[in-house]
Order: sequence, then C-alpha cells, then structure tokens
Amino acid sequence: MSILVNKDTKLVVQGITGRDGSFHTGKMKKYGTNIVAGVSPGKGGQTIHDIPVFNTVEDAVKATGANTSIIFVPAPLAGDAILEAADGGIELVVCISEGVPTLDMVKATNYLKNKGVKLIGANCPGLITPDESLIGILPGNIFKKGNVGLMSRSGTLTYLMVSLLTNNGLGQSTCVGIGGDPVAGLYYQELLQMFEDDPETEAIVLIGEIGGDAEERAAQYIKEHITKPVVAFIAGQTAPPGKRMGHAGAIISSGSGTATEKIAAFEAVGVPVARRPVELPELVKEKLAERKNKK
Amino acid sequence: MKIHEYQAKEIFSRYSIPVTNETVCYTVDEVVAAAKKLGMPVVVKAQVHAGGRGKAGGVKLVRTIEETRATAGKILGMDIKGYTVEKVLVAQGVKFNSEFYVGLTIDRNSKSVIFMASAEGGVEIEEVAKENPDAIYKFVIDPDLGMTDFLARKIAFKLFRDMSLVKQAVDMFQKLYQIFIDTDASLVEINPLVVTDDGKLLALDGKMNFDDNALYRQPEIEALNEPTEDEKKEIAAKDSGLTYIRLDGNIGCMVNGAGLAMATMDVIKHFGGNPANFLDIGGSSSPQKVIDAMNLLMSDKNVKVIMINIFGGITRCDDVARGLVTALDQMKVNIPIVIRLSGTNAEEGLRIIKEKNLPTVGSLSEAAQEAIRLVNQMM
Repeated sequence: MSILVNKDTKLVVQGITGRDGSFHTGKMKKYGTNIVAGVSPGKGGQTIHDIPVFNTVEDAVKATGANTSIIFVPAPLAGDAILEAADGGIELVVCISEGVPTLDMVKATNYLKNKGVKLIGANCPGLITPDESLIGILPGNIFKKGNVGLMSRSGTLTYLMVSLLTNNGLGQSTCVGIGGDPVAGLYYQELLQMFEDDPETEAIVLIGEIGGDAEERAAQYIKEHITKPVVAFIAGQTAPPGKRMGHAGAIISSGSGTATEKIAAFEAVGVPVARRPVELPELVKEKLAERKNKK
Repeated sequence: MKIHEYQAKEIFSRYSIPVTNETVCYTVDEVVAAAKKLGMPVVVKAQVHAGGRGKAGGVKLVRTIEETRATAGKILGMDIKGYTVEKVLVAQGVKFNSEFYVGLTIDRNSKSVIFMASAEGGVEIEEVAKENPDAIYKFVIDPDLGMTDFLARKIAFKLFRDMSLVKQAVDMFQKLYQIFIDTDASLVEINPLVVTDDGKLLALDGKMNFDDNALYRQPEIEALNEPTEDEKKEIAAKDSGLTYIRLDGNIGCMVNGAGLAMATMDVIKHFGGNPANFLDIGGSSSPQKVIDAMNLLMSDKNVKVIMINIFGGITRCDDVARGLVTALDQMKVNIPIVIRLSGTNAEEGLRIIKEKNLPTVGSLSEAAQEAIRLVNQMM
C-alpha cells in the first residue's frame, strides 16, 4: 500500500510537447511510471517517447483509461488545464506549473471539490511512491521504498530531506510535494489522514515553511486525529518578516506565521521539529523505535 | 504589488464607490492651491507604500492655509519606514460620526475570497485581530455565486441597523468584490469606512494589493507600479525567472527553490554566517538564468563569497554547471565560489565543474561552513 499513486496509476501528461513536459515525461517513463497518453491541442495523432498524443484530455481518457493527470503547461493556461482534466474524467490532477494566478486556483479548487476530484499543486514538484510510480519532476534516484510518509510545501528542500532519509536507511511509502502557493489542492490535514489510514506508513514527516497558519492547523489535527509518529521541519527560521503579505493576510493568520510560532505549535502537541535538515533522520529513528516498543 | 491610497480610490470611483474629494500633489504650492479649491479644513496624507503613516506623522488635519503650507513642507520629503514621501494626497475634511473596517483578501484555508468587516474601524486592524478577534466578522465567498445580495445584506446588518445605510453598504460590498475579481487583487481594504453627518457611507481611506502572478493580464494595474531601487532589482530578477531579496550579509546565495533557499539561509545563520540575499533561480533553468543570477550576485558589493546550492529536479544540474562556466568566462569573478550540486543530471554537472577546477562540496552543512571559513579568512 501507499497513498494516491501506485503501480495501477495510468498517467496522462498535459503539455507533453513542451520543453519541460517532454523532458520529464522521458524521466518518468524511465523510472517505470505507466504513462498512457499525452495531451497537446493541435498535436493529436503524434507520438512522443512512443506515447500517443491527443488534442483533449477527454479523448485521452476515452482511448487509454487514464486516471491521473500531470500538468506542465505555462502558468496562464494552467487553471484551464486543471478544469479540463477534472471535466475529462481524471481522478487525481497534479499541477507542476509555477506562477498560476490565485483567482484561477480559487476557481479550479472549487470546481474540483464539487466534482470530487483530487488536486496536488500548483507550483509543486509532484509525488512518488518509490519503485511504483513517479508523477512529477522529482529526481527518482534519491527515493527508496520504505515506511516513512512525507509531505512538503517545498520542492528542492524535499529532495534534500529525502536523500538524508534514504542515506540513513529510512525508505518512503509515498512522498507528496503539496506546493507553496497560497491556494493549493490537497493539504496537510487530508494527507495526514491518508498516511494514518495507510498500513504501510509507520511514521510521517511534515516539511513546512513560514507564512499562513496551515502548520498550526496541522498540529491541532495531529493532536486530535493522528496516532502515528510525526516529525517536522520548518524552513525560514531566519527569513526577514513582511516580504509577501499585507494587512489582510496578517489578520487571517493573526498570532501565527513565523517559524518560531510554528515550531512551538508542533512541539506543544508532541511533534519534534528538526532545527537543521541533517537532524531529521535521527528524530524519525527515535520516533520509530518508540512506536516499536509500544507495540 | 502595492499601489497608493489615491490610486486605490481612483479605482473605487470608477466603480461609483463614494470617496472623499481629493487631489494628489507633488509640491507645497500644489498642496496650497488644492486646499484653497477644496475648502478648509483638509487632510494632508503622505502617499508611500508603507503602513502606519498616521503614527509616523504622515497624515495631518489642517485648518488654515498657513498651517497647510507648513504641514505640506514637513510631510513632503519625510522618511516613512525607509520610503521618501514624494507626493501627498490633499483630501477634503469630512465630518463623520462612526468608523468601520471592511476588507477582502484570499483565505488559504477555505481557498476562497473572504470578506472581513468590523465596527472597530479607523485603528490598525492587526491590533484588533490580536486583541479582540471576535470583533472581526469573516465571510467566505463561494466563487460560483460571488457576492450575492443576501450575503452582502448579511454582512451589512452586522455593521448597520439603519436600512438606508444597509442599502448603501450592500451596493458598496458587491462593488468591492467585483473590483477584487476584475483586477486580480490580493487585498482590497477601506479603513475607515465612515458614516458622514448627513448619513452617507464614504471611503475615507483605500488600500489595494495585487497578485503578482496575474499582472500579465492586468496591464493597467501594472502601469501603476512604482518600485523602489531594491524592488527594481527584484523585478529585473523576476523578469529573468529569478526571485531575489536583498539582505545585509556577505555570503551571496544561489539556490533553486524557495524552501531550499530559506533552509540554506537558516543553515548559514546556524553556523554563524550571514547570507547576503535570498535568490531562488526557480525550476526549469537554462544556462542564461545562471549567468543572470551571477550578475545579480556580483552587483552587490557586500558579497564576499558565493555559495551555490542546487538540488536538481526540473532544474538540471548540467544546465547550471554550463551556465556557471559561461558566466565565469564572460565576467570577472574575483571572489571564491562554493558549489554543491545534487539531483537531476548531477554527475554531468559535477564533471563540467571539475573540468574547470572549481571546488565542490558534498553536504549543505559543509558548504555553509566552507563559505563562512572563506569569509573569515578575508576579514
């Protein structure tokens, strides 16, 4: 078991003919991901990496039974691509595109929620269930099959954390990059619950960042609903304040948003927080040992 | 992106939201002429992209022409939180009997636009949020439905009992939501919204911020941008696909990804060093991006060492390495560089780097410690 993706995942790549789309399709295919189709309006009928290209997602789903989509289109077109995927019958949409207008994401997340379609991203690196399916731009060689579930707001910081885990003998069940935008798809709470329900996952790693109050909410959720051990890291402990949000943002996340507050929120509910990336594997090992003793 | 109060109120006016009679002025003589035309008293308000203008002495009510001249002289040229006041807004003094707060922003949790309203207007709303959060009413707006009549009425009844005011408020709230959507705003705020002595709602102040990701489709808004020198650098960086924020240290950082860039700064600080900047070269790197990034780092005279930390995903380490080699061929880089590459195409990247006899390090901690050692050697 794992969450969200596995060897039964059938992937369609939206924007397969672009530079990044084509490059990462090759990488994903080489990793072993089952890519059944690509979409590029006007290029239906061609093939790329021996994968058939269709004009619309709907055509691709009908012809190949694709159930998951990954989006590589330019940011101004990404909101529409997400809507098209959900309309076309896709169950899980992963949007890699960076710089999507927030109001496009408001519209898209609302439509997908009403349709019961899951979204990851935008502005995210994707997700991976090691040895089964890599959906995204993650470098496959750093992952190793195992029982640590990982979720992160960051892309490259995730790679650093994963390589530290792997080098310390800690493999992963599924790793999910949820993206760093203000409005995004699946977030900590949904993923925490999925890992809690996944028999293969023994420990959960949560990698957060400054801004917003999602980490504080996650801490509260862990206290109330999660029995598996969770270990966290927060990036931006030394970042200068006030670079992104004005008045209204400060209202919604009043009393939260800095790394200090997020770390305190986690530690208050028994979630240890690594101060440097290199401390993370040890904390996970300690928590796993504790869990073993309890059993 | 931020705009000035007078610009926000111009947008409000375009949507028929009542604002004070006012003129923007650049010189003392213009201020005096505007005051004469509007009639005394007037309020002289500094127009800068910083909050807390009132506290800093940048907003003054004046009753005579002499006072107007003296006050204008003081406020024009004043420094407010690092911004020099180059223009002021001269607004007609208005008699009012109550003040309110209304604002719209994006709520990360409901993934929607949220409307906030409070009867505690006229003060810094962050203070209200901290000390008396229940005094702020919040309403999530369904993106399919928008600001419906019933929702606008529901909000209006939280603030007003008088039906004439409720009707005015409903109209105003619906227009504010429309402005938010039409302009791709990230914040629209009226603080204070006042009820004048003759029973009319009036926006005494106005504030708008915008979603940088949507500026490409908002040319009229983008034209209002007035970046500072540091912000100009940040914008130039963004045009080349880089995110740059200048800090005050001496270790120039080049990293891919915002999270890793922050963690890199954290680790440098952990070992006692001082990062000179936050620089995220983003995903999908081309060699040109690395050249632009090197130019940006070298333009900061405080930078003593450059530390490059790349974990390849969509970014290919060989692209970074090629860009770096080209940059070093093109420009004079007379300061040491510490390089760490891993992830996508790292082997190829490291091979290119090593051919040039540039040093590479294995881990982030080692890289930070090496950069700090090199800085200390120079001091």
